Formats: sequence, C-alpha cells, structure tokens
Amino acid sequence: MTDMTEAAATAPKRPGRLAEFWQYFSENRGAVIGMWTFGILVLLALLADVIAPHSATEQFREATLQPPVWQEGGSWTFPLGTDPLGRDMLSRLLYGARFSFFVGMVVVVIAATGGILLGLVAGFAPKWLDTVIMRLMDIILSFPSLLLALVLVAILGPSLLNAMIAISVVLQPHYVRLTRAAVINERTRDYVVSARVAGAKLPRLMFITVLPNCLAPIIVQAALSFSNAILDVAALGFLGMGAQPPTPEWGTMLAEAREFILRAWWVVTLPGLAILITVLSINLMGDGLRDALDPKLKRS
Amino acid sequence: MLRFLFSRLATFFVTFVGVTLISFAFIRVIPGDPIIVMAGERGMSQERYEELSRQYGFDQPLLTQFWDYLTGVLQGDLGQSFVTKKPVWDEFFALFPATLELSLCAIILAIALGIPAGVIAAVNRGKFFDRALMSSALVGYSMPIFWWALLLIIVFSGNLGWTPVSGRMGLLYYFPTPTGFMLIDSLLSGQDGAFTSAIRHLILPTIVLATIPLAVIARQTRSAMLEVLSEDYIRTARAKGLKPWRINGLHALRNAMIPVITVIGLSVGTLLAGAILTETIFSWPGIGKWMVDSIFRRDYPVVQGGLLLVAVVVMIVNLIVDMLYGLINPRIRTRK
Amino acid sequence: MALLNIRNLSVDFATGGGSFRAVDGVDVTVEAGEVLAIVGESGSGKSVSMLAAMGLLPWTATVTADELTFDGKDLRNLSPSARRKVIGRDVAMIFQEPMSSLNPCFTVGFQIREALAQHLNLDRAARKKRALELMEMVGIPAPEKRLNAFPHQLSGGMNQRVMIAMAIACGPKLLIADEPTTALDVTIQAQILDLLTGLQRDAGMGLILITHDMGVVAETAHRVAVQYAGWKVEDQPVKDLFQTPHHPYTAALLAALPERATERRLPTIPGVVPGQFDRPQGCLFSPRCAFADDRCRSTLPPVQPPELGRARCHYPLMAPATEEAQ
Repeated sequence: MTDMTEAAATAPKRPGRLAEFWQYFSENRGAVIGMWTFGILVLLALLADVIAPHSATEQFREATLQPPVWQEGGSWTFPLGTDPLGRDMLSRLLYGARFSFFVGMVVVVIAATGGILLGLVAGFAPKWLDTVIMRLMDIILSFPSLLLALVLVAILGPSLLNAMIAISVVLQPHYVRLTRAAVINERTRDYVVSARVAGAKLPRLMFITVLPNCLAPIIVQAALSFSNAILDVAALGFLGMGAQPPTPEWGTMLAEAREFILRAWWVVTLPGLAILITVLSINLMGDGLRDALDPKLKRS
Repeated sequence: MLRFLFSRLATFFVTFVGVTLISFAFIRVIPGDPIIVMAGERGMSQERYEELSRQYGFDQPLLTQFWDYLTGVLQGDLGQSFVTKKPVWDEFFALFPATLELSLCAIILAIALGIPAGVIAAVNRGKFFDRALMSSALVGYSMPIFWWALLLIIVFSGNLGWTPVSGRMGLLYYFPTPTGFMLIDSLLSGQDGAFTSAIRHLILPTIVLATIPLAVIARQTRSAMLEVLSEDYIRTARAKGLKPWRINGLHALRNAMIPVITVIGLSVGTLLAGAILTETIFSWPGIGKWMVDSIFRRDYPVVQGGLLLVAVVVMIVNLIVDMLYGLINPRIRTRK
Repeated sequence: MALLNIRNLSVDFATGGGSFRAVDGVDVTVEAGEVLAIVGESGSGKSVSMLAAMGLLPWTATVTADELTFDGKDLRNLSPSARRKVIGRDVAMIFQEPMSSLNPCFTVGFQIREALAQHLNLDRAARKKRALELMEMVGIPAPEKRLNAFPHQLSGGMNQRVMIAMAIACGPKLLIADEPTTALDVTIQAQILDLLTGLQRDAGMGLILITHDMGVVAETAHRVAVQYAGWKVEDQPVKDLFQTPHHPYTAALLAALPERATERRLPTIPGVVPGQFDRPQGCLFSPRCAFADDRCRSTLPPVQPPELGRARCHYPLMAPATEEAQ
C-alpha cells in the first residue's frame, strides 16, 4: 500500500474540481478575454461617479453634436463628443453601463429564482400539476419574447422597472424547462433514491440533494439570459417602451439619436458599440462556462 | 406517427385556448376602463358608455365574455380597430404577407449560410476556419439588431447610396398586389425595374433580420455536428471506408439536423420579435410595425388581436417543425 | 508474410490533464486465416490499438509505430484515399455496441448496400441481391422485410448480425471484432461467436477477436495476446497459454475463471488497472502482483523470448497454471 501512494505521488496529480473547472475555462481564450472585458466594464460602471467628466444629464448648449476628440472639431472636454442636446457622450455611456448591468442582474435574479422554484415543483409534483405548469410555460413561449414584453410594458406603463419585470416574465420559462428536465433526469438516480429511503423530506430532497446537481445548465442559462436581458431592455428603450429620456440607458440613447444618424455617426455608433461589447463579453464567458461545465463537450 | 400527430394536435389546442385566455385577459388588466380609454380625452355621455359597454359585452359575467371571445376568435372575429374601425382580422391579413415575405427571405438566408458554416466549422474543429466562423457567429449572436440596422443604413444607404432607407417599393411604381409578396407582384406587374426595386428594398431588412437566426443556426449546427461526429456510427462509417464528404454530409449531417430543425423552429419566435424592430426601423409595412404603432396609439383591440394571431402563427410553425422533426427522425416516425 | 504486422505501436491521447499513453509499445501479428484473441480488462488499450491500426481514432490521439503493414502495404504513409480502398474492403471491423454503431437515420438495408457501393462495382439490382444474400448468410430471418427496417426496430443481436453482414460485404481478408458479444444476451453471444468463427473458417480470413472473456478465448482463438494497461504482457498459442501462462497477470486471470476454481471462493485480482493519474513506476502490474518485489516497483520489465510467451515480466512463471494458482 505504501508503494502505491509513493508511486501515485510521482504520477501527475488529479486536479481538484474547481481547478479542473478553471483549467477548462481558461483553455478557452475567448472566455478569458470575455471575463476581463466584463470585469473592466463592471468596474467602469461602479466608478462612473469618479471617472465621468460630467453629469449624465447636464446639457452644454454651446457644444451640441460635438465630434469625438480625435476628429476635427473635437475637444478633450468631451472625449467621445456630445449628443444633440449637448450632453457628454462618455459620461452618458458610463452611467448607462450601470443601468445595463443593474437590469441584467435584477432580471436574472427574478427569472432564475422564479424559474428554478417552478421547475423544481414541476419536477417533483404529481403529473397534473407538472402538466399545468409546463403548459403555462408553453403558452408564454408561444409569444415572441420582445412582443410579449412590449405588450406587458404597454399594460404596466413604460418605465425601466416595468421593462425589467416584463423581461423577467418572458425569460422565466427557459429556467423552468431546464430545471425540470434536469430534476427529472436526476430524480431516478440512485443517490436521490437512497436519500429518499434514508428519510429526507421533500424540501431537503429538492434543494439540498437534487438542486446542486442540476446547477450546471442553469448557470449557463443565467449567463445567456443576462445578455438577453441587456439586449431586450435596450430594444424596449429603443422603441420608447423602456427607460424614458433623459435616462442615459443605451437603447434610449440610440432612439434619441436616430434622426442624426447621417450627420453625427458617434451618437449612434457609440451606444450600440457599448451594447455589443457588453453582450459579447457576457456571451464569451457563457460559452466558456458551458464548455467547462458540460462534460459532454469535454475532450475525452 | 398518427399517435404522435394526435398528441401534438391536442397540445396545440390546449396551448391555443391558453393563448386566447391571455390575450382575452390583456384588455381587462389594463389599468382603467377600456371604454373610457377608447373615448380618449373627449369623454362620452352615460348612454354612449352603456351602449358601448353592451356592444363590447363588458356588462356580461367574465366567463360568458371569454366564451364569446373564444367562439368569436374561432370564427375569425377579433373585434375592430379603435382607430381605423376596420376588423382586426382584415388588417392582419392585409399586412401579414409583408412580414411573411421578409421573414421567409431572412430564414432562407440564415439556413443557406448557417448550416454550411456550422458543418465547415465542425469538420475543421480548432482550425482557422472554425475560429473565424464561430467568432463571427458569436458577434452576430450578440448583436443589438436595431443598432446593426442603423449601421447598415449609414454605410449602404447613406455613404454608398446603394439601397433605399425604408419601405418595400420605390415610389415610381404602382401596381396591384394580388399575392401580397412584393417580389412576385412586381414580376407579375411587368413594370421595368419594379422587381429590382423590390429586391433593393428587401436586402437590408433581410440581412438585419437574418443575423441572429444565422448565428444561432451556425452555432447549433456546429455543436450538433461535433456531438454526432463522436458517435459510434460515424466510426462505423469511417470503418466502411466512406469518403469524408459522405460521412460528414450524409451520415453526420442527417443526424445533426434533428436538433438544428428544433432551433430553426425556435428562431421563428426570434424572427417575429426581430421583425418588430426591423420593420419599425425600415418602415416595413408589416405586422411588427403595425403592433408597435397600435401600442403607441393605444389601439387595444388591435394589440389584443395581433398578440393572439402572432402567437398562433408561432404555434403553427412549431407544429410544422414538430412534424418535420418526426419525419427526419425515424425513431419518432416509426413509433407505433 | 504476416497479414497484419504491427511493431512497437504507441497511442497517446491529449486530455485536459495532459497527455495519456493508452497503448505502449505493442506488437501484433496476424497470419492469413488465423484467429487472434486480444484479452484484457477494460482500459487495457486493446480496442485502442486496433482502432489505431485502422486509423479510426479521434483527433486527440497521436499514433506512432515502427511498423504498421497490412498485406504488404504500409498503412502509416498511405494517402487517405488509398487507405479508404483498404479499410472497409480488405480489413473490416465490428464493434461492441451494435445499437449505437448503426446510423439511426438510415435503414439497415441502406447501410449494407452503401458498403457494397463504396468498394464493389455492382449495379443497383445486384447490390440489393447481394445485400439479401449477406443478410441470409449472417442468419437474419426474413431479410426482405428487414432490409427496410431501422436499427432501433431490431434487437441488439440482429443489429450485430447486420454489422457483421456489412463487415463481410466486400470479402475482407481480415476482420477485427471489438468485443462483439459484450452488449448482448448470453444466449445470443454464443450464436454470434459461432457465426463469426463459421464465417472465418469458410472464407479463410484472419480474425482478431478483442474480448475480456477468457471463456470466449478458449473456444475460438488460435493464439492469444494479453494486454494490461496499454502493454502487451503475454502472447502465446491458446493451448500453451491455458496450460502454462508465463505472466502473473495471465495466471491470475485464468485462476479467476469459475471452471478453474479450486476453492470455494473464486480468486480475484485486487485493485484496478492504473489510470492517467495513478501510474506506478516500474512494472504497471506491480501494485496488483502477488510476486512483485522492489525491482518490479522501480524498473521497467523486459520482454521475454517467445519460449516464455513474450511475457513482459522480470520473473516470468515457468510452471503449469494449475500449480501456480494454488
């Protein structure tokens, strides 16, 4: 036996779970780039008060539609130029990042909590309740997400909060489906049966025995819906049904700048670029998470 | 197959009733009395109020109201627009071909480019082609398409002047539209340049609308192909000495198509959601623009009816996809 | 000249935890018309070495060999198209899981005809006729009906017969059967083995039978190669191997056969085959070997001469198996 352990010590060590996860994650260069970008963006959003040269809503009437600093007519006072009302683009973009991340987080938390709970219930419930829940989700999924969100906002009244609620409702069915599928898959496994035989009560069975083993696809879905939420809120804002002016939300900024697209490229290009980079960094991370968490796609 | 068909139809019907219930509930959960909303700022007399209330059935019990609504829907009666006073049903079908034409062009573009891209990426896993294709797919997948549309307009309509900014047809042309598809109608009209004008109007909206489905299809095709390529039967096919294109293009792709078909079906929802943005930006006279305009005009019967009809379209497409799924997957088709 | 000749074959897999050597310096020789059994536990690299010879390993594998010839052709530097002319026609392979080894989207008839179309110059009608003949040869009842069946509509045994029909479609000189009966019911196992040996005898082809079942080996093989953790540890004619195994691992395997049990409790080999993260120094079998000493644990064992069964062992056993087992 001693020889075995000695011999094992010379062989390469089996990495721990977290280390293994990190190894798979970091193998994906895109995922690491995404993570750094995301981290920097979050930092910028948090430090908006310190970094932003101006307030997001202050209007400099004498400097409307000023181009960015590297273009003729630009100045360091407004590094990324100003919008049609003379507000500083850089400051608006920085404060806008706060809205996007806030929206993404709130939506994911609401949608995931509700969705996981419903999914767990559906997975463990008697057949009739399961059917009711799943049919309900089918019904929600029959509406194109943006349309349903639009209509919900039309009912609730256009505001950022209502847009977040609407998007949470629309994203929720995906969590329900994922959780239920994972629960049903796990429920018949031996470890769950043995926990049940050992006398574990239903809540314990749901949350402590089964849920941790279903988390991988849910985490990946969370990354996905984070980026979806940002896109959808921006789309609602663009259509005038999300955050209302003068809120520096990226979609709303685009909508306000639309008529100037052929005159001042920066008022249109920059907010969209901000959305794209944010969403892209999250999706890159999501792909890395999926590859690292999904054993099916691992190299064998 | 018959049993499969039957169970799908049963699900379809249950979902249909549910969708109807939701759109029915819609007008009743709006804060405030819908009739007063309808009257707008002018207000109305008590008699007029009661008359309208009777006309719309608001004086009946809710269950009766829902039953009337459901039977009305089944007979094609979705109420009248507050604004145009035309039946919602007629308005929908007048505008639907425009959305259908755009969506079909977009999904055809997405499939025609997405599936080959996914296959090429999977076969060249880890190489330059794979990385380039999948990076572009991820960018497309992350694209805020309303911004993408504006960028394309800046470059192709603004700077280069190649494509028109909005609408379906140049103002110089006027002809009857029996099919509602501009591509077909312009050909039928026989007017010089009408067909080219139709195409030029279609290009940018199609590209914008196809972007996300294209990215999704390419990504799904790649991962389905990768999964299938590690299956035992692919090893068998290689052991038979088959040529690579036959292994990849027939044995693998045929199996990989099963999840891809599902994704194509799901992207119909994405497409209609995207149509809302695309049509609004390009002033494309279709369902998406109609819905957005109606929401702003508080034309509630149109919003209600449109919501229901769009959901039904999605459900019908999903049903068709389910059937296709059964056709392409023998394990479902031959189940007794 | 041998039909298949492999010298010093090694296969490495790139994994998340670094490179893993699944096959290490294995030699395989098969003569025309010979039945060679390759025996070993799961993870001993017996399938991998054959897949490597066929060029069927996934892209994560690196194959090296000093010699790799089939029927006089060097398989290592054959162009892909030239290799495809050999693979599937002159060498064919059947696999462990008949259910997943057939493409679920195509009928079995299509899959058999496809093999014929790839290698033989037959027209449509001739292909169909030949497919029916083949299905009859492998004992599929009512072949006309089964021709249009999908794999999931047939039993595992029937699917394995289809796989065999597909493999022998072009009259191969060598058939490699990778645990062809493991996934099947016991009664079906014997039928499939009889079918394989019958076909082998009738066609005079070489047969490599990969298995972990010593009983199967005794009934069918002419010669046996024993593999352990990617090493070939012994190679002998079947009779000699059962009489006088030279490697302790072979002896232990034989002692574990129920027919050979001399005590009430069946002897077992403690432990498992070492994996990627617990490879011992020295002899790979040393942690589980009853005879191992310090030399075994520190130094790689040599390969003994053919008289000692090419045993890869410092201390090959000399005496007949029955005595050793006690």
